[in-house]
Amino acid sequence: MSHHDQYRKLKSTFMSVLAVFCALLVVLPLILVFFYLLKMGFSSLNLNFFTKVPTAAGENGGGMANAIVGTLELMGLALIMGVPLGLLGGIFLSEHGSERTNGWIRFGADVLNGVPSIVWGMACYTLVVVPMGGYSAFAGGLALSFIMVPLVLRTTEEVLVLVPHAYREAGLALGIPHWKITVNIVLRTAFKGIVTGVLLGLGRVAGETAPILFTALGSTSWNHSLKEPIAALPIQIYYYAISPFEDQNRQAWAGALVLIVIVFLLSTSVRMISNRRKRA
Amino acid sequence: MSDQAKSVADSSPSAPTPAPQPGSASPASMPSAKAEVAFDIQDLSIFYGKTQAIKNVHLQIPAMSVTAIIGPSGCGKSTALRALNRMHELTPGARHTGKILMKGEDLYGPHVDATVVRRRVGMVFQKSNPFPTLSISENVLVGLRLNGVRDKAFLNQRLEESLRMSALWDEVKDSLNRPGTSLSGGQQQRLCIARALAVRPEILLMDEPCSALDPIATAKVEELIHALKSQYTVVIVTHNMQQAARVSENTAFFYMGSLIEFGPTEQIFMNPKNPQTEAYVSGRFG
Repeated sequence: MSHHDQYRKLKSTFMSVLAVFCALLVVLPLILVFFYLLKMGFSSLNLNFFTKVPTAAGENGGGMANAIVGTLELMGLALIMGVPLGLLGGIFLSEHGSERTNGWIRFGADVLNGVPSIVWGMACYTLVVVPMGGYSAFAGGLALSFIMVPLVLRTTEEVLVLVPHAYREAGLALGIPHWKITVNIVLRTAFKGIVTGVLLGLGRVAGETAPILFTALGSTSWNHSLKEPIAALPIQIYYYAISPFEDQNRQAWAGALVLIVIVFLLSTSVRMISNRRKRA
Repeated sequence: MSDQAKSVADSSPSAPTPAPQPGSASPASMPSAKAEVAFDIQDLSIFYGKTQAIKNVHLQIPAMSVTAIIGPSGCGKSTALRALNRMHELTPGARHTGKILMKGEDLYGPHVDATVVRRRVGMVFQKSNPFPTLSISENVLVGLRLNGVRDKAFLNQRLEESLRMSALWDEVKDSLNRPGTSLSGGQQQRLCIARALAVRPEILLMDEPCSALDPIATAKVEELIHALKSQYTVVIVTHNMQQAARVSENTAFFYMGSLIEFGPTEQIFMNPKNPQTEAYVSGRFG
């Protein structure tokens, strides 16, 4: 082997090592955070945590049952309000709109995607909380749905555009009306991608704190109406983490762990959906 | 409403072929004399934005026979074919002048719905495109189902008929529920033909249906085209001149958007009148 070849090989090895090192550096915080959470949170997890509502400040015991259910409820509300709008918007972009209007809509959606989530909280506070005369689960769900709409819209468009044009042509050549092709062929072909987009959107809003702080407010008891404030894990974690009581600090760790597990389950199901082979 | 859809699907072309008259001009010189006209193309020009893809074409395509459209790449033959079921309209910026009459009716008339035209004029594409989420049987029946046909017995019958017509039945009858995309390339193309035939169009357009197939699969599709012409008008675009010679009664040669020559296939290949046609079929250009 010539000198030059050796030098080249050395350079190649060095770059590979550097790349692996950088990759590890990226994953490291995730691993550290996750293990620290496990260590701190797991010891505070018990049956009460999942079944009881918070006790009065300073008293030990109690749990976050209402906040866990509240977070799921807010995610459900965001799903119901945000997905239809985002989905139909994505269908419009991919199947109907002209280049010109699409450009503007895409631009709008991308700007909305970049809006800090606290701005959504303030917008919903002004638009919903003030006119309705109080904080509510509805307002919280709406704020989260605002965050989901542009996300779902863009991912829907992206996966619909990936459906080969040949399928639409084949459908049209059979004399099938355009909308039936969209629903029965295009959406069905892109179904996995759309579900993936929706789940990613849900994972994103599950941990949002700022928009619901202004709208859902948080609560220490069970929620019975969409017009009442509702508890949510991120809010509960926020209050307990800054609380002076040690038991509440411990529960904040446990809440963070549960929240991470919810998001983790969502992204795992995303992976499972996208890895699943075409049905046989 | 299944009855309506059925009647749409059942309106098979009742073509009263006139009895050949003894002593009439030899068919070699008069392509359209023997039968009814399926498409009467009058002064058709098609533009994509500012480019003109088809230039003032006059052409009468006879019914109940196979007409081949040949010509070098980019000569407008696919555009001409797609104009026959209004598929070219899907290209943004496409517009046309002139007329196409299908059995006397203006295809582009103000009250004519492109969807209805496409139900009557089926199409098979260059690349087979079975729907990946549908099974073999769902692929065949999708045109009927999505147009409202629900009658199970009718659908089952249509499924078998269509797959038999496309010579695929024996190969797939035990695996009708497998995905359409699990078939081989040649089988997929015949599946697409069965899918197009299942709605019982009056006319079948084929856009280079064999260009992605191996010789054996090609031979099967060609056999199929032979069998279809007793019941259907077939218009086929092909790059392969041997194929045009094998399957068609009449051939149209397009060059740079213009129809150069149209006549009985034998005449186009053996005794073309136009020097450009002669140069193309003898392989001197294109």
